[in-house]
Amino acid sequence: MKKVSGNIFLVLIYILLYAPLLVMVFFSFNEAKSTSVFKGFSLKWYSELFSSANTINALRNTLVLAALSAVIATLIGTAAAVYIYYCRSKAWKNTLDVVTNIPMMNPDIVTGVSLMLLFVFIGRLIGAKESLNFMTLLIAHVTFCLPYVILNVLPKLNQTDPHLSEAAQDLGSTPLQAFFKIILPAIMPGVMSGLVMSFTLSLDDFVISYYTTGSSFQTLPLLIFAMTKKTVKPDMYALSTLIFVTVLVLLIISNIIQAKSEKKERVGK
Amino acid sequence: MNNTIETQKKNIIELKNITVRFDGETILDDMSLSIGDGEFVTLLGSSGCGKTTTLRIIAGFLDPDEGEVFFDSKNINGVPPYKREVNTIFQRYALFPNYNVFDNIAYGLRVRHVPEAEVKQRVQEMLTLVNLNGFEKRPITKLSGGQQQRVAIARALILRPKVLLLDEPLAALDLKLRKDMQNELKNIQKALGITFIFVTHDQEEALSMSDTVVVMNEGKIQQIGSPIDIYNEPENAFVADFIGESNILDGIMKKDLLASFSGRDFNCLDKGFEPNEPVDIVVRPEDVDIVGVNEGMLKGIVTSVTFRGVHFEIIVDIGGFKWMIQTTDEHRAGEEVGLYIEPDAIHVMKKSKYSGQFGDYSSYSDELDELNQLPDEEDEE
Amino acid sequence: MKKQSFLQRLLGAPYVLWAAIFIVVPLLIVVYYSFTDSAGNFTLENIKSLVDYKEIFWISIEYSLIATVITLIIAYPFAYIMSRKRESSQRIMMMLVMLPMWMNLLIRTYSWMNILEKNGIINNLLAGIGLEPLKMIGTPGAVIFGMIYNYLPYMILPIYSVMVKIDKSVLEAAEDLGSNSLSKLRRIIIPMSMPGVVSGITMVFVPSVSTFYISQKLGGKIMLVGDAIEKQIQSLYNYNLGAALSLVLMVMILLSMALMKKFAGEGDGNLYV
Repeated sequence: MKKVSGNIFLVLIYILLYAPLLVMVFFSFNEAKSTSVFKGFSLKWYSELFSSANTINALRNTLVLAALSAVIATLIGTAAAVYIYYCRSKAWKNTLDVVTNIPMMNPDIVTGVSLMLLFVFIGRLIGAKESLNFMTLLIAHVTFCLPYVILNVLPKLNQTDPHLSEAAQDLGSTPLQAFFKIILPAIMPGVMSGLVMSFTLSLDDFVISYYTTGSSFQTLPLLIFAMTKKTVKPDMYALSTLIFVTVLVLLIISNIIQAKSEKKERVGK
Repeated sequence: MNNTIETQKKNIIELKNITVRFDGETILDDMSLSIGDGEFVTLLGSSGCGKTTTLRIIAGFLDPDEGEVFFDSKNINGVPPYKREVNTIFQRYALFPNYNVFDNIAYGLRVRHVPEAEVKQRVQEMLTLVNLNGFEKRPITKLSGGQQQRVAIARALILRPKVLLLDEPLAALDLKLRKDMQNELKNIQKALGITFIFVTHDQEEALSMSDTVVVMNEGKIQQIGSPIDIYNEPENAFVADFIGESNILDGIMKKDLLASFSGRDFNCLDKGFEPNEPVDIVVRPEDVDIVGVNEGMLKGIVTSVTFRGVHFEIIVDIGGFKWMIQTTDEHRAGEEVGLYIEPDAIHVMKKSKYSGQFGDYSSYSDELDELNQLPDEEDEE
Repeated sequence: MKKQSFLQRLLGAPYVLWAAIFIVVPLLIVVYYSFTDSAGNFTLENIKSLVDYKEIFWISIEYSLIATVITLIIAYPFAYIMSRKRESSQRIMMMLVMLPMWMNLLIRTYSWMNILEKNGIINNLLAGIGLEPLKMIGTPGAVIFGMIYNYLPYMILPIYSVMVKIDKSVLEAAEDLGSNSLSKLRRIIIPMSMPGVVSGITMVFVPSVSTFYISQKLGGKIMLVGDAIEKQIQSLYNYNLGAALSLVLMVMILLSMALMKKFAGEGDGNLYV
């Protein structure tokens, strides 16, 4: 009995979680322009989507931005994690700890506003016509991704043998060789998950982008925001459905791969 | 202080007046040590004594604040570890997780761009040496502790170093395996004839494996000598207490061959002290005979008896000082006994800063002893 | 041995510089803007005019606190039940919790607006069976609901991840010592899951109290701190007042987090453990 009521509870919460997604998928096939009254099945919003230069442009911008900021954040963040790991001064380590925590603790809106004010301030100093542009947006995205990279890589470093790098140097590697041949492969899973996490965070970010982008560069979340200011047409739903399905497929694939490799490991033992 | 190991062979490693400080603490204090070629030397001491730091200075992971390091009579201060002809076996092996057994062992050769055919042949030699034939393809995560240990040995030895540094290499193994590996390491050292510098906190390990034992405490060398010397002729109360069990008493050297402690005079074999010089007296627990009350040189009450398998450990209270005695005869707590001590059982030491700190068994407990001997973590760096 | 090697400095330099310029300096700039006027002269006007926003701050805190508490009430049993399931189903269930978060928050919130609005899906259904329409959009309840919906996974995730780590043998030991289910929950599961609860609370409270989109779409005329900041910066271009509002929001959140940590007695909260 207890078990049944527990399961009912779970199902109800799942229904709640998925209700808006179902609505979205359902109305993306609506023939009418309404997103609350269904008039019949149609794919016209999907075709309209692909003919809208605006949407395609925003999609491309979003992907470029996410890829760039993920790569930059992963490079800087991985180096930083290694630096922090080998850092001997406790006080300096704690300072870096606090600073790294700031973008994660601060609400997005404060991070966004503070970065925007910095860019505006600098823009005014150098007398730029427009202080916000693609660069400022990129900087903002790298900034909020960095802590997540560090947070993914540091635990991997802590799991490795503390003498790994020394062992490689002892056998004749320079410190640099030791890093690339031994340390980096050992922490690679952390680096990769930092990269993926950065990519998705950047992909999905609206609030910080809203404050730090210039008028010339629009991402999908920004486009969605602009469109939801007015009444949304089902094409936005169609776009979201496509994104959702893509994510779903990717997740399923990565889960299958993971499950397979785990199975393999178990057999190997 | 200049401690030179007496040996006919030339010295392979020399440390001169090494001082290391960290965060205002002195880790090594003006330490000098010479190690002869082909020797098995053990640096023995408890956590924080500076033994691992000494090893790291020889390996090149650490530059001393003061002093010089010589390898084969050449000063190697500032030479990075990857250019030194010494190799290290690390406490937790530090095997490369992304490589299998073969690639781990081959690492040093491949870094040096040795032709692959030679790499293959030399790795095979090493695998034979450490009894790991057939394990080439095994990922190191699928090895037992003992097997990992063997890979670490092979990986370090394949470069044919003149000196092998071993940082508590057996600490992570269980007792049985540790004994086996002790023998094996000793055999490898003999077979290859290279210098081993071995760091441990385990005195039994040190005594059974080494040619020379270096006892360290508080960043200073307390005594250097053969295992037998260290055990039989400890130089001060610290060494006497650290190596084996000892009753250490306050005494006075009345004249040559006559010592006085526990309220009476004893004949002994020591001489060369000032008349009536205050000294520390060491009597090993196995060197005391328990006899009848009236035949004893000293009288006391048995306060506790512990069965240890080969012998009993008996604590006897003599005038408030608790003696530990090991005997195969059974006694009961509360029993009054006499103690008989032969002249050659008495060892006389000069007074040192450690006098009075050790030697009484009134608060003796096994558990405490073991807690104090937990393996060193990274606390020494 | 105390000095950092050149290589080490080279690794650390980019991040140290980046963090200094783009994390630390922006916070100082927020303070600078809060205490200056648009010409850059020192003024206390911005701080003084914050009094007018007392009400807005108050309802922001009130709504997000209510949302956080309800989220906790839902998420805790959810995480508990999930952590008792078979491992393979746990994985799928967790994925299903995370999946909606991959959908843009704006779209999800907009979709709720479609469901709840005056001529929305629910009211259409009610009309279909001959019932009076309900007024849902534009109420505080709708805003709080939006917060709960959007941030529920942030509460489930940390609580679940500490719960699965509770050693089964600890629970067995408790049973062995005569604990019934209730005392097991009270004495073992709840105390051991506290770290997850604490981070869940922060992860829900912080975005709730600073949101502006949810209130705009579901709250009608209801205005929260986030809306006030957005309005000052994006519509009125009053960066100085916007900065002052952000400053107060930031300080408020830092204080409440410090309070949480103290209340939960959760170590030093070091990131690098």
